[in-house]
Amino acid sequence: MMGFSRPQTAAFWLMVAAIMIAPAILYPVFLMKVMCFALFACAFNLLIGYVGLGSFGHAAFFGMGAYITAYTAKAWGWTPEIAILAGGLVGGGLGLAFGWLAIRRQGIYFAMITLALAQMNYFLCTQWDFTGGEDGIQGVPRGNLFGLFSLKSDLAMYAVVAVVFVACFLLIHRIVHSPFGQVLKAIRENEPRATSLGYRTDDYKLMVFVLSAAIAGIAGGMKALVFGIATLTDVNFPMSGEVILMALLGGMGTIFGPVVGAAIVITMQNYLAPFGAWVTVTQGVVFVVCVLAFRRGLIGELAARRRLSL
Amino acid sequence: MMMILGIPAPLLFGQLLLGVVNGAFYALMSLGLAIIFGMLNIVNFAHGALFMLGAFTAWGLLNYAGIGYWWALLLAPLIVGAFGVLLERLFISKLYKLDHLYGLLLTFGLALILEGLVRNYYGSSGLPYRIPSQLQGAQNLGFMIMPNYRGWVVLAAIVMCVITWLVIEKTSIGAKLRAATENAPLVQSFGINVPLMITLTYGAGVALAAFAGVLAAPIYSVNPNMGANFIIVVFAVVVIGGMGSILGSIVTGFGLGIVEGLTRVFYPEGSATVIFVVMVIVLLARPAGLFGRAH
Repeated sequence: MMGFSRPQTAAFWLMVAAIMIAPAILYPVFLMKVMCFALFACAFNLLIGYVGLGSFGHAAFFGMGAYITAYTAKAWGWTPEIAILAGGLVGGGLGLAFGWLAIRRQGIYFAMITLALAQMNYFLCTQWDFTGGEDGIQGVPRGNLFGLFSLKSDLAMYAVVAVVFVACFLLIHRIVHSPFGQVLKAIRENEPRATSLGYRTDDYKLMVFVLSAAIAGIAGGMKALVFGIATLTDVNFPMSGEVILMALLGGMGTIFGPVVGAAIVITMQNYLAPFGAWVTVTQGVVFVVCVLAFRRGLIGELAARRRLSL
Repeated sequence: MMMILGIPAPLLFGQLLLGVVNGAFYALMSLGLAIIFGMLNIVNFAHGALFMLGAFTAWGLLNYAGIGYWWALLLAPLIVGAFGVLLERLFISKLYKLDHLYGLLLTFGLALILEGLVRNYYGSSGLPYRIPSQLQGAQNLGFMIMPNYRGWVVLAAIVMCVITWLVIEKTSIGAKLRAATENAPLVQSFGINVPLMITLTYGAGVALAAFAGVLAAPIYSVNPNMGANFIIVVFAVVVIGGMGSILGSIVTGFGLGIVEGLTRVFYPEGSATVIFVVMVIVLLARPAGLFGRAH
């Protein structure tokens, strides 16, 4: 199905089943948060896992998506699907600008440039009027889907988030397994060779950067509607760090890894929240352990042991 | 009152001095990053956290052991440098054969741990650290009032930069270091202990960050986050200057500090973003950076 291998098909249906059953057991808002961040992590993984581009500024796209969705839904009364789409478009547009600048330098500089540009975006967000400065945009209405169905209840919102999440997940999978995705992997493995085969590698990098940023924007937009709030936290650097952690922990370059990574990191935050800065310490330890001991991440490791592709 | 371009001279020069002070920190920090990157091929994300640790060590020496500023200026870099050696041996040395990205991720993790631990024990609100008695007060230079401590920071940073430059460019250790940066296996085959050199280089780069941290302690309040936002600006400085040249790092650091200071006079809203804007312009005009070599 859709270029899924058999174990991937099984894992996919398992995930869909989990999404359908979970709200009966767990708190829907928590699950929606997990899905928003899982989508964010998948978008980030599209870059780092399949093109080898390490962006340290993905909070910019996630956060701007959140701001735009929140603003258009609250101030202009846009319906949720249009507001989320607007978030994705602005995220993608910002990605076009950042990517266009950042692909001029390679490797480690790419990471530093994306980080610096995102920090610039953060400072601008502290100054712009529409972001509401330190307060952020609060009390964002979830509105009526297509102007018809109210999303006030958590389960209605849950259904929307679940559908968008699964659709974007499939889209990412489709991108990775398309001829376009094959070129991306060629660039990851050996860029000079991809160039010598006649591919304009910079164009490919930019295209996938924009796609990744747009999906991150959609994830941010959904998050803004779920919680009814968009703040500076969403655009600030620690958010970029968190999404890196999710992808690394779950397994960069695996399709299910970031989803698992996001679920673990969000759960960890929930349980450690009363311990203040220990969240940061724990995240740091997870980073160090992942880099030193299992760079393939949980799903990557599982796939390698079982010789599956997940 | 003397006016320059419609700005009162004391205000202009005051902000310019603040800019040079910031530039001094940029120079010290990017210098350390450049040395570490040259030898280890790792971008040390923990540099900001180690800068913070330098300031905290100075604070701790004063409050727990009664050791004052001047000894702290010597001891804190040694202590934090030794800690850096430990970090390199335990963690960073495991990564030399891997992609650059892992070095960045690992040192980012280390930064989170250090900052989180310090925040746990000392909270987020800053701790005060007094200016040493010899450096209190200010000089009236006629066109502006210069606080003694700020003048000292600039002087100390310049001296430290010159010493570092001399060691790398003019001594035999520096020659070996530069040779090992170009071709480590070849240098090793001459019987020079390259792994030891790598470890000590990391220690030295970290000591520079800690030195900057002690200098910064009386100016900024000593708090766990003082390095976290700072390191991102320093990264932008490094992107602008390129990490290939020692002199380039120093010049870029001071230059950008001055640009930032001037922006604060003429367009205050832009002072937080101006370095990033310069980075964008440099990327457009000279993608390899001002002093960088294209790879």
